[in-house]
Amino acid sequence: MQESILSELNQARSNRQAVVLVTNLGMGQQKLLVGDSAPGTDPRPDPLRDHARQVLETNTCLRVRLDEQDLFIQPFNPPLRMLIIGAVHITQYLTDFSRLCGFEVFVIDPRRAFASRDRFPDSELIDAWPDQAMTRLPPDARTAVVTLSHDPKLDDPALCRALNSPAFYVGALGSRKTARARNQRLLESGFSAAQIVRIHGPAGLDIGAESPAEIAVSILAEAINRLHKPEHE
Amino acid sequence: MPAKTFHMKDSDILDITGQWVSEGRRLALATVIETWGSSPRPAGSHLVVDSAGHFEGSVSGGCVESAVISAALEVMQSGRGRILEFGVSNELAWEVGLACGGRIQVYVEPIETTPCVGGDQRN
Repeated sequence: MQESILSELNQARSNRQAVVLVTNLGMGQQKLLVGDSAPGTDPRPDPLRDHARQVLETNTCLRVRLDEQDLFIQPFNPPLRMLIIGAVHITQYLTDFSRLCGFEVFVIDPRRAFASRDRFPDSELIDAWPDQAMTRLPPDARTAVVTLSHDPKLDDPALCRALNSPAFYVGALGSRKTARARNQRLLESGFSAAQIVRIHGPAGLDIGAESPAEIAVSILAEAINRLHKPEHE
Repeated sequence: MPAKTFHMKDSDILDITGQWVSEGRRLALATVIETWGSSPRPAGSHLVVDSAGHFEGSVSGGCVESAVISAALEVMQSGRGRILEFGVSNELAWEVGLACGGRIQVYVEPIETTPCVGGDQRN
């Protein structure tokens, strides 16, 4: 790999730009394709560009023979994102664990006593209301949204935004009773039952988690499960 | 508030590779390019090695890393990339094979720092 390709690739990744690295395994040559170039501008068939689009969509590498060349096509999508609503005790663990798993983490809480730099030295803190924050950071298909505040004034607007987005995981902390009350409020505000089932609540896999750190593990595990096995309900 | 640039700490092998290049180290990069059966790391997994044998990342669960590092040192010398294949095939499986029964191919390539050579070879 040429040093110039490596630095171009790392630059694109730090700019959150989707790129694809194509390696000719026989010759050793490589090139970078930018992921978001406008489709359909060139009517000529371009199998390499089609493959590049496919690997970005599936976030999976591909090895193909094209024009007698042995090619390895590797996608570099922007990092996964996790939006956490509520800068609570569990959040202090969930931020760290999620970062280790490759998420770019944002903590949203307008209460500055909660979302303080002292409590979250390494996190991106947004001291705005969730609907404002999520207008600025609209969840895409590589975003997980987790509400942990226990306060409907914060959690409900965030869940509304999440349900209207392609977020791959939507989790809401709270007891079954809280969850039922919340679902009722969402139904009354116009969401369908089919939309509301996207919310995992109580959030987290049932591993018997008790401490804030254990609960963070169970929520992160559930989000990862949705990411890699979206078909398993 | 602009999102701060975030790097995935030690797990991000290409950032480490970039950093090592800037320190003037000679490097080779190994990438899993194909897997069959049960293999511990998916295609696209990276391992970077310097000429002193320091490495970061993984291409398997630790089963074939030493063999990849040896190949990486050769690749730094020769300047030519090569494809390695590992799998359970014989009694040596425990030495340089995948005990899990899978088979993988790994591409090992030199990182070429050639700032003064003219011509863009990418296309």
